Amino acid sequence: MEYEVIICFETHVELNTETKLFCDCSTRYGASPNSQICPVCTGQPGSLPVLNRKAVELGIRAGLALNCDINRQSRFARKNYFYPDLPKGYQISQYERPLCENGYLEITGDDGNPYRVGIKRIHLEEDAGKLVHSSSSFEASEYSLVDYNRSSVPLLEIVADHTRNPICSVREARDCLEKMKQILKYLEVSECSLEKGQFRCDVNVSIRTRGSRDLGNRSEIKNMASFKHILDALQYEIRRQSEILKSGGEIFQETRLYDEQNKITMPMRTKEDAPDYRYFPDPDLVEIEIDKEFIQEIEVSMPELPEQRLVRLTERFGIPIRDAERLIKDKSVSDFFESCAPHCDNTKTLNRWITRDLFRLLNDSGLTMEQCPIRPIEFSQLINLIEGRDITNNIGKTVLEEMFKTGRDPASIIEQNDLKPIDDTAFLEKILDEVETENPDAVTLIRRGETKPIDYLIGQVMRKTQGKAHAKRVWELIQKLLAP
Amino acid sequence: MELCDRSAVELTRMLRRREVSSREITESVFRRIDEREETINAYITTTRDKALEQADLADIRFRKGKKISLLNGIPIAIKDNLCTRGIRTTCGSNILYNYIPPYDATVVKKLFQRGAVLIGKTNMDEFAMGSSTENSAFGPTCNPLNPECVPGGSSGGSAAAVSAGETVLAIGTDTGGSIRLPAAYCGIVGIKPTYGRVSRYGLISYASSLDQVGAIARTVEDCAMLLNCICGHDRLDSTSAVVKKPDFFRTLNEALRGIKLGLPREYFVEGLDKSVKDQIMKAVTLLDKNGADIIEISLPHSKYAISSYYLIATAEASSNLARYDGVKYGFRSGDHISHTGKMYEETRRKGFGKEVKRRIMLGTYVLSAGYYDAYYRKAQEARTLIKQDFERAFEHVDCLITPVSPSLPFKLGEKIAEPLQMYLVDIYTVSLNLTGLPGMGLTCGMVDGLPAGFQIIGKAFEEETVLRVGHAYEKLAGSA
Repeated sequence: MEYEVIICFETHVELNTETKLFCDCSTRYGASPNSQICPVCTGQPGSLPVLNRKAVELGIRAGLALNCDINRQSRFARKNYFYPDLPKGYQISQYERPLCENGYLEITGDDGNPYRVGIKRIHLEEDAGKLVHSSSSFEASEYSLVDYNRSSVPLLEIVADHTRNPICSVREARDCLEKMKQILKYLEVSECSLEKGQFRCDVNVSIRTRGSRDLGNRSEIKNMASFKHILDALQYEIRRQSEILKSGGEIFQETRLYDEQNKITMPMRTKEDAPDYRYFPDPDLVEIEIDKEFIQEIEVSMPELPEQRLVRLTERFGIPIRDAERLIKDKSVSDFFESCAPHCDNTKTLNRWITRDLFRLLNDSGLTMEQCPIRPIEFSQLINLIEGRDITNNIGKTVLEEMFKTGRDPASIIEQNDLKPIDDTAFLEKILDEVETENPDAVTLIRRGETKPIDYLIGQVMRKTQGKAHAKRVWELIQKLLAP
Repeated sequence: MELCDRSAVELTRMLRRREVSSREITESVFRRIDEREETINAYITTTRDKALEQADLADIRFRKGKKISLLNGIPIAIKDNLCTRGIRTTCGSNILYNYIPPYDATVVKKLFQRGAVLIGKTNMDEFAMGSSTENSAFGPTCNPLNPECVPGGSSGGSAAAVSAGETVLAIGTDTGGSIRLPAAYCGIVGIKPTYGRVSRYGLISYASSLDQVGAIARTVEDCAMLLNCICGHDRLDSTSAVVKKPDFFRTLNEALRGIKLGLPREYFVEGLDKSVKDQIMKAVTLLDKNGADIIEISLPHSKYAISSYYLIATAEASSNLARYDGVKYGFRSGDHISHTGKMYEETRRKGFGKEVKRRIMLGTYVLSAGYYDAYYRKAQEARTLIKQDFERAFEHVDCLITPVSPSLPFKLGEKIAEPLQMYLVDIYTVSLNLTGLPGMGLTCGMVDGLPAGFQIIGKAFEEETVLRVGHAYEKLAGSA
């Protein structure tokens, strides 16, 4: 019997707002514990939430990019449960009337065609605080401390629709996650850093016999810290479920935890133990009324989406489509390109040096573009030096490596490492003289108007100067002295 | 007459004429407290040192002249469910017995900015759940008019303090009648403004969609003066209304002539104590004779008010009180227990009183999967119907006159074992919390040494009219 996989994501992304969802506390990551808290986000008796308008704006922005209907009336609900990191004993979330509904995300399906993965809803909610245990595990800890800096940081929950064009393979799942992250970053909705917990995913997986209309019991997998973990967990879960079905067993609806050490999923709770969150409309917050003008305002001020940038890069800068695709994949890369472009004499050279040389350095060092130590303005200076033949490609590479290592500017690297090309005309003429004497045939050909031997002569000059001759100057000298 | 027995309006005049100092008034209040507090138990915390300090500052402001608020130097008591920075705020509960808020409620801030002198934090039913101030972890409050009787609740401490001269003014809160009932039971005046009129920021929530802060005083005039100081939009409370702030004081003396007062038929039927009814009808007659038109009207869905109220209030309470878990502040039991869930259980079992636990359980049940539609949603639907009743009635009248409570103040312990009997005490008051309408509880005569109360209900954000009618009545009754 052949099986069919149905995968459904519930993604939480931390919104890119300055302040928290219901108070004025900063959302800055990495501050010392409990330094960004107030009566509201620590659930002091009597404190009340006030909605952050920017969070609503970012939520709608995501909804529009993911082709959703924006609900003109939306409301917050309380999700009640007890946990020490949840200061009010409930999380303010949305239940009935979320911010956005009925959207889709277009990915490339397994058949190579565009595939529109259904999105059921997008809603706003507040994050919980963070527990810090006194030793490595909760069980072994003598005590645990709570850091409420993260409490009430705005989250956007994006829930895929398992009934409308669900994801059917691990490959599609990867494409979907990457696309989602890419779009949210382009929209400046979230920084989507997985390390900082700004992009978190729960995955629902179920399996059914091909062609069946029944959805089958699904398991929900939690606790995955990276895309790789998500995909590994998926792989494992699909195998686990199909083996159960093949051996005639039954799959139960349950929540499972991913164990990254052993790359397996472990049962956490069954449907029977599922908590009753007793959702009800939060009486401390009024209904959010979203008028047409507000939506239009957001539409007009929408940052560029990856597809739009692709078109711009190919049309305006003449970047080949394949390179442009590589540039736009990560927003920070294309941002880097765009910061350099106005300062560069040749954007094609710029593209080449980013996609070939800079990518290689980033790859080798395991850094992301955000962590790149080179500033766009200095990268542009390097490109212009190469483009103007002030330095050769080879020296360019050496300089780039040095810039990457030290974060210094190209001019000072060239100066201090004695990489400055020799442009002393008398000296170069003397070398050229020697080369001409040694290569009379080439000289004859050049005099006849052939251009190929010019490069050969330049190469010879370079050899004699350990690559330090000013290539452009040498070329000019050859033109002057030998050209017909 | 002792200074502490005078009205705030009178004291303000005396202060302005420099006939008396705020320190003298404050000292007079504390002398009364020394005499009577042991019997009455109106306060959970008194703040004598701070009060005298504030009084002296108020006196300095008088000496310096310049724009001075009417409240400057006037003693005030604040119900212990409003947060006061640096001053213990318990909500009448063991679970917050040691809680010292890091911030001031908006109302408290406004009072301090205007120079009011804080006498202390008043006793209340735990988390404002109750109608007698017997459900307090700090012992019951007694009715100053007859210490064997309850003062009503849940703002019983505030009302008793005002009535006994243990303060001049008091702040109360009203979720189902908690200002109007104790005011009536203690023979004074209390107004619950329209929902959204006064900021709830810093008011420890019982039921967010019903809670409202209001004024308790010995005269309608004093209520108007206090309300003027505490109302207004607050950015920190999303449910606070953006409406013009009227001067309640200025319109008090407008004539009664032509004003239409409605008597809802459903409020004067079986269940209402005859002696109370007689007193109310006397008041109605007095108003009628002096120019008001009396019209009988109907509020057909009144019978659903009590059940809707207890479904909505308990549902919201079950969630609002979830934060008292022993993790962050307040009482914690079971430090020795390594299991977090068990620590929660221990803390909440020992920290909350019986009535609070009863309501948390009720509310949790009401919101449970499978019951939500049958209870919570139904109650909200009934709430809409009740609202529409009032809207229709107000097409014909300016105010409604009703009882506050079916009976005279009852004895301490009389109803404590019968929660349903106790819930019915609120039968005439809860509708205003469901609809958000303003209402005032005041006294209309004494029966066997105990006050009978009546209620004036107004249109949304038309407290002026309620106060005007109340003030007119007070003058008429005083001269009668």
